[in-house]
Amino acid sequence: MTDKIQVSGSLQNRLMVTLITGAAILGIILFFIVRGYAAQIAQNGQDDILEASLSSILDAAVIHDGTVEVDFPYASLSMLDTKLDDRVFYSIHSDGILISGYEDLPISSKINSEISTFRTIKYKNTTARVASANRILIGEKERIIISVSIAQTQDALSRTLNTISKNVALFGSGFFILVTFLSYWATATTISPLMRLASSVTKRGPQDLRPFEKEVPSEMFPLVTSLNKLMNRLDLSLKQSEDFIAEAAHRVRTPLATVRSYADATLQRVSKKENRDALRSMVRAIDEASRAASQLLDHAMITFRSDKLQKELINLNTLVQNLIINFEPIANMKDIELKFIQISSVEINGDFVLIQNAIRNLIDNALKYSPHDGMITITLGANSGSCLEIQDQGPGFPPEELDKLTLRFTRGKNSNGIVGSGLGLTIVQDVVNAHNGKLKLSNHEIGGACAILSF
Amino acid sequence: MKYLLVEDNHELANAICSRIKLDGHVIDHADKLEDAIAYSDTGEYDLILLDIMLPDGDGRSFLKHHRNRKKDTPVIVLTARSQVSDRINILDLGADDYVTKPFDHAELDARCRAVLRRKSGTTQPILKFGDVSFNPLAGQLSIKGKMINLRNRELRLFELLLNARGQIFSKQKLVDRLFAFDEDVSDNAIEVYIGRLRKHLEKTSLKISTHRGLGYRLDDD
Repeated sequence: MTDKIQVSGSLQNRLMVTLITGAAILGIILFFIVRGYAAQIAQNGQDDILEASLSSILDAAVIHDGTVEVDFPYASLSMLDTKLDDRVFYSIHSDGILISGYEDLPISSKINSEISTFRTIKYKNTTARVASANRILIGEKERIIISVSIAQTQDALSRTLNTISKNVALFGSGFFILVTFLSYWATATTISPLMRLASSVTKRGPQDLRPFEKEVPSEMFPLVTSLNKLMNRLDLSLKQSEDFIAEAAHRVRTPLATVRSYADATLQRVSKKENRDALRSMVRAIDEASRAASQLLDHAMITFRSDKLQKELINLNTLVQNLIINFEPIANMKDIELKFIQISSVEINGDFVLIQNAIRNLIDNALKYSPHDGMITITLGANSGSCLEIQDQGPGFPPEELDKLTLRFTRGKNSNGIVGSGLGLTIVQDVVNAHNGKLKLSNHEIGGACAILSF
Repeated sequence: MKYLLVEDNHELANAICSRIKLDGHVIDHADKLEDAIAYSDTGEYDLILLDIMLPDGDGRSFLKHHRNRKKDTPVIVLTARSQVSDRINILDLGADDYVTKPFDHAELDARCRAVLRRKSGTTQPILKFGDVSFNPLAGQLSIKGKMINLRNRELRLFELLLNARGQIFSKQKLVDRLFAFDEDVSDNAIEVYIGRLRKHLEKTSLKISTHRGLGYRLDDD
């Protein structure tokens, strides 16, 4: 059944991937916002200094005798000093004619405005920030427009920005790692009730169909409710089919028992040989049928249970003793003695129902093949091992068939006239295999079959 | 012995009753759970044969009721279910033994004896004939105070002849009663057991006589 379920991803992984991806996107967005904001602030700082420098130059410009004079204040340039020695360029134009400085430095285009403008340009193979402003100077007779531009390279600024970016990236990575751990923890916590439910269902034996009653989170409630409903239905249908098998067995076996009992009673009154033989054949057929039915059911049960052994500590001494008490009346009928030799106390870890069934089959076989007044010797714990030996005084196993007797529906050549299904030794072998044990069939030197079970 | 048979199938019940009466026992028959409880509450029985599936309930509830009333009458369950788990379950509920349907009467008889022997303890009935005292359940024959343990077949044979003293049993009849159905037994086997019994009974008042062509008879002189 498990093979048919297709596993598509894991809930925990999916949840984690979603959370981590979200955290990564958030981290990247945060990085750009912080970096952009920092760049903005740094730029504003540079602009403020540039503007101050610009104003100090403009303030120093006067008209003297009809010409413009600028008493260039040194402070206006020294205030632009940076740690990285950024270069500073300037240009002063009077009515569009260069008075001093670099001619190719752009000037403010807003002729009639005294507001400073700022631009970032490519200048002399580097990036520079240019602040430009115009001022109208009024003389006695003339009106002169003076334009000043100051440019500063941005080495210090970009270094500051890089440092900030690096720190933000570092902070973002730390945040990302933290979120990864948090999401692992969160998903594990979220998923754990589901895992608990799964393991509690897995741990159950095949017979355990009780509803699941532990507390579950509300999201799992529909699942658990459906699961319980399914278990309930399964339990019901199992019980129904068990009842059906029991009822069917009852319906079939009761009339068989009636026929058998009447045949038995009739035999007491019939003396003609052919009638007696007919009655005996009839009874034998009934016994064969019911024996085959029981053994087939047992075999099916054992095959089913072999996959899921319900192991417990079994005391073989007690188990065998109880079986012997159970078989004693049948042994008595043939005056067979059941001799139980307990060399040591033997305990094994196994499935009680299966082990009992296997040993029952072996003793049953010994009883069926034993002659009247014979003896069956059951020895437990010989050679200081957990080994059980069952030996009868019957005809023994046909030597040439020894290795085939445990095959399904195989019966020995010498089984004529003895009721059997050919499943007894198969059951024993299956039980032994399920318990990693060994079954050894042999013939005793002085005659009789010998079966050794070891676990 | 007084038996109670709880079995809803009348045909089977008739067959079991007639077979048990043949052995000289008394048997009451109840065909439903209600009657079974009424019978067992009012009557004194030596042994109860109980079918598990009854029309008005489960034989297991009879077992529970029976054990709750502290009755120690042994119960042998007649079950149609042969599976191991069912067998274990039946014994756990307080049944003393079980036979799976269809069953051999010789086996049922043997199981009844075994259960009675286990349960009855010191209150076993003892039959006395002059120097001979006989405990059928324990299978002990005591002659002039000397204990002789009889093997099962000798015991069954002796009991059969003793319960119907003066009646002639044919070899065939004895074979039918002493051996299981699926055993092939020659008539000579009976002669062996008769021989052994005669040896035990030498010098007592009990004599087994041979009636040529008819069979054997036990007489108490």
